[in-house]
Amino acid sequence: MGIEIKMPALSPTMEEGTLAKWLVKEGDEVRSGDILAEIETDKATMEFEAVDEGKIGAIVVPEGTEGVKVGTVIATMAGEGDKTAAAAPKAEESAPPAKPEAAPEAPKKAESGTSKLGSETKASIADPDLPEGTEMVKTTVREALRDAMAEEMRRDERVFVMGEEVAEYQGAYKVTQGLLEEFGAKRVIDTPITEHGFAGVGAGAAMGGLRPVIEFMTFNFAMQAIDHIINSAAKTNYMSGGQMRCPIVFRGPNGAASRVAAQHSQNYGPWYAAVPGLIVIAPYDAADAKGLLKAAIRSEDPVVFLENELVYGRSFDVPKVDDYVLPIGKARIVREGKDVTLVSYSIGVGVALDAAETLAGEGIDAEVIDLRTLRPLDTATVLQSLKKTNRLVVVEEGWPVCSISSEIAAVVMEQGFDDLDAPVLRVTNEDVPLPYAANLEKAALIDADRVVTAAKKVCYKG
Amino acid sequence: MEFYRQMVLIRRFEEKAGQLYGLGLIGGFCHLYIGQEAVAVGIQSALEPGKDSVITGYRDHGHMLAYGIDPKLIMAELTGREAGISRGKGGSMHMFSVEHKFFGGHGIVGAQVSLGTGLGFAHKYRGDGGVCVAYFGDGAANQGQVYESFNMAELWKLPIIFVIENNQYAMGTSVNRSSAEDQLYRRGESFRIPGLQVDGMDVLAVRGATEEALKWVQDGNGPILLEMKTYRYRGHSMSDPAKYRSREEVQAMREKSDPIEGAKKYLAEMGVSEDELKKIDQDIRKIVSDAADFAETSPEPELSELYTDVLVEQY
Repeated sequence: MGIEIKMPALSPTMEEGTLAKWLVKEGDEVRSGDILAEIETDKATMEFEAVDEGKIGAIVVPEGTEGVKVGTVIATMAGEGDKTAAAAPKAEESAPPAKPEAAPEAPKKAESGTSKLGSETKASIADPDLPEGTEMVKTTVREALRDAMAEEMRRDERVFVMGEEVAEYQGAYKVTQGLLEEFGAKRVIDTPITEHGFAGVGAGAAMGGLRPVIEFMTFNFAMQAIDHIINSAAKTNYMSGGQMRCPIVFRGPNGAASRVAAQHSQNYGPWYAAVPGLIVIAPYDAADAKGLLKAAIRSEDPVVFLENELVYGRSFDVPKVDDYVLPIGKARIVREGKDVTLVSYSIGVGVALDAAETLAGEGIDAEVIDLRTLRPLDTATVLQSLKKTNRLVVVEEGWPVCSISSEIAAVVMEQGFDDLDAPVLRVTNEDVPLPYAANLEKAALIDADRVVTAAKKVCYKG
Repeated sequence: MEFYRQMVLIRRFEEKAGQLYGLGLIGGFCHLYIGQEAVAVGIQSALEPGKDSVITGYRDHGHMLAYGIDPKLIMAELTGREAGISRGKGGSMHMFSVEHKFFGGHGIVGAQVSLGTGLGFAHKYRGDGGVCVAYFGDGAANQGQVYESFNMAELWKLPIIFVIENNQYAMGTSVNRSSAEDQLYRRGESFRIPGLQVDGMDVLAVRGATEEALKWVQDGNGPILLEMKTYRYRGHSMSDPAKYRSREEVQAMREKSDPIEGAKKYLAEMGVSEDELKKIDQDIRKIVSDAADFAETSPEPELSELYTDVLVEQY
């Protein structure tokens, strides 16, 4: 019984090559590891080593032959008669699948990325009903976030907070105020200024069974750590066939602050929302910030939680209940209306609400939707509202290109085309790095006036 | 004897993987561990299974075999089958076994060092007495995040052993063409992390150094660095023609320092007969060919698997 030596594939893309030179001849004894031949691919000349021990029988393809297809028998070998010889696959079987049989029939309709994300179970999930007479407490977003972390740390020993200035300094933006005092240095950890490193340490700790909350002083600095957020945290569960989870929350302020210019003023919502395997949350008010951060910390999936510095100090009603947890992946109608739908998230919701107020004075009744979660995106709520209003404007404090706005526009065109009485309009920041000068900064950012103009336009009243 | 068995298993497994790659049954990138067997085998043997954790880069087959993970599951992952350890979704570079506390299998050079530091952090946080071993190569040793991790690991006295597998070539670039300080065991000095240089071709030397390192870490001294001087016989990956070194260099290394031949000598001195070793070789060949058969014949994942395990929960 002989072993067939076949033309090897020497790169991921190689389909054929030239058998440049034989370094053995018929009758030679070879050991595993000996070089048998030199093979030229389109990229390089490679040495081809023997895998089995034995004697070269016949050389089938002479040296100098060009265009030898991968899998062609190029020589035969008389084996030692051990098990490996028997294991050599037969020629027909081993002919490598030249092409993976024409793209496997489109696995589920891949419409736009996010359409797949609207999971079927979602419609049934809603914010928890509050008992009548539940007391509402005026709370800043900053405090709501802190309360969410503190409550979850009391509830679960595995939860810890790590980041720059989160402990002794009490948080660069005071979001972690008081946590060190209550939970101690073991669970509230100041790091060196080393985003790439501590994002990786956090992801590793999550893989090792803990529940890290990693604070970035701002998401601008998370650019140094984005490899761990995407390659380490988001892809692990999939790559491991569901074995290895990475339940971690990356949180911090995102988007433009005030007069800090281009490197400190960027909305990363669309970046992270583009990545399968991540949950991306960007709340506006304090109740949502609290309920969703608690849900994020409890999630088995990696979460990017985008806050906004300019919103930290704003106060909102937060229901006084023991355990206020909100569903991830569910938008909220923050103002009902019938004439036009304004879709937004994070600080943009405030802008949209201001615009709605102005529009009301002009006889246009706007509905405002806060997406709250950017991935998975709650397209059902948006489409339902569109059915009612037939007009839609997306409001986004961020760049226009490849944005959440463009995604919503695409989804609405694909799935809500018949409900549209006007094209979808986008109100976004200008497509420039954010300038420092006060007048230029103002010119670059969204405001309520622009939303009003756009809303009137789609209502054909502008 | 067990060391010898494991090293032969890795050698034969990798040769078989190379063969299957040549047949087009394994795709993409495939990095073989041939030549470096003594490192994984010597280190893994000193660890306590179920307690200590391990993480490495993309040249990961050897570590998994040394950890006693079923060769069939590994080979089936290489051929992209449903029965593979990552259900065919990870491939050569992305394999994990949480059950064995083997945390991958990472494709981004250097990432495993930060992640491993996080595993060390988790050991300390829980107080479970475990130690993390984070393997990386001489190439990864030049990544910035390695030093960010060194800093935090020493600052917080984390239980972690950093193992640099110095096989002397980062893909095609030799250590002295890429490293200002080419004595890699000294790379922890500015963080006050002690380092040892070890003959990574000698399985007993590796085992001994690991025991020392474990003791240092378990005594609460914080991290330690082991530089394993080793050598890979094959190219960086299957598609590497390895023109950056001479055939003579590789051949000389194989003849003088081969870890398996070295172990054979030890065993001969201990009075183990040639026949006993032959028996091991035969058993291993059977295991490897069974694994290859399994990997070739078991089915590919169902198309419906495409959308599973993207997220853990439903939202």
